[in-house]
Amino acid sequence: MKTKALLDFCDSIDATALSQTIQSIKWVVPAVQTVHILAIAAVMSSILMINLRLLGIAGTDQTVARVAGRFGPVVWWSLPLLLLTGATLIIGEPARSLANDFFQLKMFLLVSVIALTVYFQRPLKTNPNFWDGRSGALRVIAVLSLILWSGIIFAGRWIAYL
Amino acid sequence: MDLDTLLRAIEATSIATEIREGESSFPFLECVHVLAVTLVVGSISIVDLRLLGWASLERAVSRVTGSVLPCTWIAFAAAAISGALLFSSNAITYAHNTWFLIKFCFIALAGANMLIFQFGIHGSVANWDSAATPPTAARVAGALSLLFWIAVITCGRWVGFSLQPGMG
Repeated sequence: MKTKALLDFCDSIDATALSQTIQSIKWVVPAVQTVHILAIAAVMSSILMINLRLLGIAGTDQTVARVAGRFGPVVWWSLPLLLLTGATLIIGEPARSLANDFFQLKMFLLVSVIALTVYFQRPLKTNPNFWDGRSGALRVIAVLSLILWSGIIFAGRWIAYL
Repeated sequence: MDLDTLLRAIEATSIATEIREGESSFPFLECVHVLAVTLVVGSISIVDLRLLGWASLERAVSRVTGSVLPCTWIAFAAAAISGALLFSSNAITYAHNTWFLIKFCFIALAGANMLIFQFGIHGSVANWDSAATPPTAARVAGALSLLFWIAVITCGRWVGFSLQPGMG
């Protein structure tokens, strides 16, 4: 998607003093990307631990609710950091990101996986045993989640190549 | 045979040539590398935070390492293989890149730290397995591991920037 309105919006961001500052100081983008990747590392490892538990592969000495309680908050606390660093990168290079097909795909995958994660975690708040005996559904959730998060990483890396 | 001759021979292999000249081999391997590296650093930090006494405190150290470290090693293997393939495509350039060399110094430091921990304080883990606050040597190992791996990621990001300005 590359509408005229979107490209105009990118140009207007590009013209801001903040964007020009980010563009002119060479170390800002790699430094912010480093923080972005570290936050992704926190998210991915937490997601992996939760999903391996859902698949019955690791951490099976603990309940699903307990594993989700340990690693779920890491995901939610990392997201604002990812949004903040991601927004900085967008302001620095608006057209390269916002108008990029892989960026748009990445955002679609992100919204999908957040919805999936809420769907999984929400019932646990009121009933820690909610998912007991629903191992088939948990397996589907786990596989979907792993695919979506891996897709987010792939799409994110591919932004640089389009 | 000097090092550059060897590096040139690596670059000339058909697989290295394909990665260098192919349409999507390089970005694809980068994706695998990023995914693997985030899992290595993220999972090892779960252990580090436990050793520091900052998280997963209700679980014994051995339980945490037992469920996390197999993931770390599988991800490390994927990172090493994808990294070696990426390296082969431009071996000479990478071998002469300062950030790349610093990155490997930090990987070596992380490895040395792990060995010292494994053959040192970890020998008595049975005595402090369930302790919320592990002994000082274990906490130091956890803190160093976190720092070294953050440095590895930072250097890795800078390798991309120092080689292809703008492309990252």
